[in-house]
Amino acid sequence: MIEVCKLIKRFGHKPVLRGVDFRAESGEFVVLLGPNGAGKTTFLRILASLSGPSSGEVRIAGYGLPRVSGMVRRIVGFVSHQPLLYGDLTAEENLRFYSRLYSMDKCKTRIAELMALVGLDVCGRDLVRNYSRGMRQRLAISRAILHDPELLLLDEPYTGLDQKAEIILDRVLQEMMSRGRTIVMVSHNLERGVKLASRIDILAHGVIDYSKSRDKLDADMLAALYREIIGAENSGLS
Amino acid sequence: MNSVSAYLRMVGALIWKDLIAEIRSKELFGAMLVFAIAVILIFNFALELNIQVQSEVTSGILWVTFAFAGTLGLNRSMAIEKDMGCLDGLLLAPVDRSAIYFGKMFGNLILMLIVEAIVLPVYSALYSVNLFQPGLLVVILLGSIGYTAIGTLLAFMSVQARTRDILLPILLFPIILPVLIAAVKASNGFLLGLEIADIRPWLNLLIVYDTISIAVAFMTFDFVVEE
Repeated sequence: MIEVCKLIKRFGHKPVLRGVDFRAESGEFVVLLGPNGAGKTTFLRILASLSGPSSGEVRIAGYGLPRVSGMVRRIVGFVSHQPLLYGDLTAEENLRFYSRLYSMDKCKTRIAELMALVGLDVCGRDLVRNYSRGMRQRLAISRAILHDPELLLLDEPYTGLDQKAEIILDRVLQEMMSRGRTIVMVSHNLERGVKLASRIDILAHGVIDYSKSRDKLDADMLAALYREIIGAENSGLS
Repeated sequence: MNSVSAYLRMVGALIWKDLIAEIRSKELFGAMLVFAIAVILIFNFALELNIQVQSEVTSGILWVTFAFAGTLGLNRSMAIEKDMGCLDGLLLAPVDRSAIYFGKMFGNLILMLIVEAIVLPVYSALYSVNLFQPGLLVVILLGSIGYTAIGTLLAFMSVQARTRDILLPILLFPIILPVLIAAVKASNGFLLGLEIADIRPWLNLLIVYDTISIAVAFMTFDFVVEE
């Protein structure tokens, strides 16, 4: 589903990604860990076709980016740091608007289904600007999976969610996994990553430093390695 | 569904979204209208014009008012897309990205025309000038299309900058000058009752500018929003 080869991304003269090689098969759930500023969000934005690579090759479902980004956008769902929602529209209007962007027919049933799934069916007609952070995040998740994407990219989706909403998101992700969807999730939470993922990757110093599937994973060794990487980054030793 | 109808559907969805949001908040419309009427009132009391001079400066005052009020509208319209990262949501849509440009441009144009439709009777009443002449209304439409066509593109360019509120007018006014000059000259011609042959060169300039602005925006929009 995803093939990334020698991906380099620079902002001005500053390299953020320094030659990332990454691969994810269909149906895989990859959790991408890494310290702050490692380039995780930039990497996800490139996969979502929101940002172009400086050099290197990125292919999603066989489509090369950024050349055929239109085809990639059709099969990608993206949960960003921000909810990508309009405050002056109601939750239902937001989803209706996005369903039009994806040329979805019979969106009414799908919207009702998703609102129920994320537990917002009772306040679907409230303006989003009156929603709490957690409610916005839940709506953002339903926006991202509205068109039933084959690839779901999540950038720290658990931020701002209460316990109930975390359970809802776990359910959504498990349901997508059961239907063979591919998921790449950026997280800081090692414990959650190990619990959910079929593979754990660590992005540090602008490259994938560590990559292992869950069945071959030594949790204690991973935790020690992760602490070491985070510590090195934070102390400026990297 | 073919790509043309998907494209038009996206343009329509953007216009619908902008109008619904504006009907709820009235932020953009309110700011533009209050600003436009304030400018007209300031001119009215500051210049104390006699009837002879009034008819000669009317078109200038009108277009200064539209241009300044329009800048407020463009800035605000783009700020809505930056709030909660909505611009990324639009860029993720699987259609040609120029549809985003046309959706925003038509949304801005509709709001600008509504403000103009309110400003015209207010101005007519204050200055005792009949502004409801078909020729003048055509000039206002053509001028507004040119203004929003280039203004929307530049607003997308400046929206990423921290100083976007200042950057937009600095970029916009030098580029929009041909539209403003042609619109002022053509409006003046209709208000002074000149022959259509004398006004036609300015009308042609407006049409050419509108066409080129839209074509340039269509061709460059992908690069403008690329990160």
